[in-house]
Amino acid sequence: MSSVVSNVRPPLVTGSKTYHQITEDICSPTEQLPGKGWVLCLLCTLGLLGFGTLAVFFTIWFGIGTWNLNRTIGWGWDITNFVWWVGIGHAGTLISAILLIFRQKWRTGVNRAAEAMTIFAVICAAFFPGIHMGRMWMAFFVFPYPNTRGPLWVNFNSPLLWDVFAISTYFTVSLLFWYTGLVPDFATIRDRAKGFRKRIYNFLSMGWTGSAKHWQRWESLSLVLAGLATPLVLSVHTIVSFDFATSVIPGWHTTIFPPYFVAGAIFSGFAMVQTLMLITRVILKLEDYITVEHIESMNKVIVLTGSIVGVAYLTELFVAWYSGYIYEQYAFYNRAMGPYWWSYAAMMTCNVISPQFFWFRKIRRSIVWTFVLSIVVNIGMWFERFVIIATTLAKDYIPSNWSYYSPSWVEIGLYLFTFGLFGTLYLIFMRVAPVVACAEIKAILKSSGDQYCGPAFAEKTGKINSGLHHDDHGSHEVLHSETVQSDLASSDKSTLAETADDTDVLTEEKNVEDFKEDINFDDGKNDEE
Amino acid sequence: MKRVLNKKVLFGLYDDEEILKDAVKQINKEEAEIMDVYSPFPVHGLDPLLGLTESRLHIAGFMYGITGTTLAFGFMTWVFTCDWSIIFGGKPYFSVPAFIPITFEFTVLMAAVGMVVTFYLVCGLGFGVENPCLDNRITDDKFCIAFDVTHSSQEEVEALSVLLERTSAGEVHTKDI
Repeated sequence: MSSVVSNVRPPLVTGSKTYHQITEDICSPTEQLPGKGWVLCLLCTLGLLGFGTLAVFFTIWFGIGTWNLNRTIGWGWDITNFVWWVGIGHAGTLISAILLIFRQKWRTGVNRAAEAMTIFAVICAAFFPGIHMGRMWMAFFVFPYPNTRGPLWVNFNSPLLWDVFAISTYFTVSLLFWYTGLVPDFATIRDRAKGFRKRIYNFLSMGWTGSAKHWQRWESLSLVLAGLATPLVLSVHTIVSFDFATSVIPGWHTTIFPPYFVAGAIFSGFAMVQTLMLITRVILKLEDYITVEHIESMNKVIVLTGSIVGVAYLTELFVAWYSGYIYEQYAFYNRAMGPYWWSYAAMMTCNVISPQFFWFRKIRRSIVWTFVLSIVVNIGMWFERFVIIATTLAKDYIPSNWSYYSPSWVEIGLYLFTFGLFGTLYLIFMRVAPVVACAEIKAILKSSGDQYCGPAFAEKTGKINSGLHHDDHGSHEVLHSETVQSDLASSDKSTLAETADDTDVLTEEKNVEDFKEDINFDDGKNDEE
Repeated sequence: MKRVLNKKVLFGLYDDEEILKDAVKQINKEEAEIMDVYSPFPVHGLDPLLGLTESRLHIAGFMYGITGTTLAFGFMTWVFTCDWSIIFGGKPYFSVPAFIPITFEFTVLMAAVGMVVTFYLVCGLGFGVENPCLDNRITDDKFCIAFDVTHSSQEEVEALSVLLERTSAGEVHTKDI
């Protein structure tokens, strides 16, 4: 819990929650039978999974000849989908790690679900290079283990192998980070559960007690993991971009790729978080925890990263022209004007134009706009990868090789398979784990709950002050951000105690006074973090 | 695996972390020895009051990380300069820049996995571990101060109960764990 309590920043937890209410709201979805909506969603995702499984078997049985890849276009939907899913995964780590380091409290509302999304998205991503190997049961060949072939080691100089290390590290670290955060919340569910459920959550919560020393270590661990995950998340998509950037293909070997890919990944990741959270908050009735403030904050990230992506597209075009290198120039001409012009147009419209709507506050705070645009952005980001991969390969150095590619039903089936897998995993996650980080929300309640902060609180406090102590504090009608804190600090404690009494958290006058002293006017001494 | 500590514990439950911190301050003044404090979320500012020293997990993390760096870089160097040298694209066997990505990833992997494992080991947590629970509401909305009264006399226990009540504990109980 931070000592900084803002009286002007809008609250992140609304509905004047008490600690117990937070537990109830967040844990109760795991304790009830699922609703019709959930079952319907699950049936849909299982349907996709079923159809996708057919495509998987088809691929494995007949080989990747069932795909429409050809000698010129060796990477099609498979690698497009791989990069797309990896990109989507990035928002989770960004929210949980980078925003933790930047002390963005709004992360607490969405970090759990976003991290889960990361893990499921990385599973979906890893599926594609796996199945592209043809004999995916030989996938362990990519790891450097002592083998009977020499031992012949893998090529440590290859960006594809770097990718193996990057993705597997990313998955492992994200999983550990996510699970460590879940342990205290599983303990909360455990202590509310009975019978068989209690035994399950007892197992999952690893014997968590909430001891002060454990919390101290837990926080230390979270912080260092966040510190590790921050460069990691940047490195992962950098390395994915190396898959292209270290090649000799015009349109791929550009130095701008790493930052451009990372920005694009965060862009699409946040869009996917929006899509999921907007549905989740309604189904699980979490509107008090995932507020419009959260949605707006994420939309700000989307407009920022979307603009970076837009600038990157234009830079690419400029550099291709400026390089004077005809193959590079032709690659970009081909992207925009060639047979795949429609995918380039879709990419430009969805990724460059659509996020610009978020400059308008009204649109940023509109649920419908956000939902629609978040889907548009993800369509655009899929097209970006398709443009980079398939359209670039389609016209290589030798015109007699030039080719065209559209996916077979098997390739479409594999993409649907990952949708089914992702959806099923996410739906199960929604039922068995707290979708919002319960303990972390409690920890920010005193600094971000609507009964403690925000313009409404400032106004309320001001009114009480001016009403009761008009002689001393006559200027409370208008509260400016700079003056609120000092006004409150100088006002009578008993006045403030009344405000605190409204929250029903405290009963004793003495404690109320101390509480105010510690919470609102803490000089930061107590705040270790 | 249910853990039995063979202890008798006297504990008070508080409704708010600020009351809890005041209570700890007051108990410290009266020099009673607190066994442990339990809370539903990390309470900042509590550690110095309880005399808890800073966690050394990050030091362990650094050690694991540096081990990962050495292992990854050393292994790739060994493979490409001693064990099985292959020329890739005319580049030198010992091509340091190409080793950087994997070295970095492995550093992060070792540091993260090592730290998490260490965390669970030193905390005595793990799948299947069942630690004694003083009250089910401690993971919900109650803050608990516990005293070990296994070897205390009846008078001492009563004195501690009074102390807990005086520091605004909502409830005071004893439990064998």
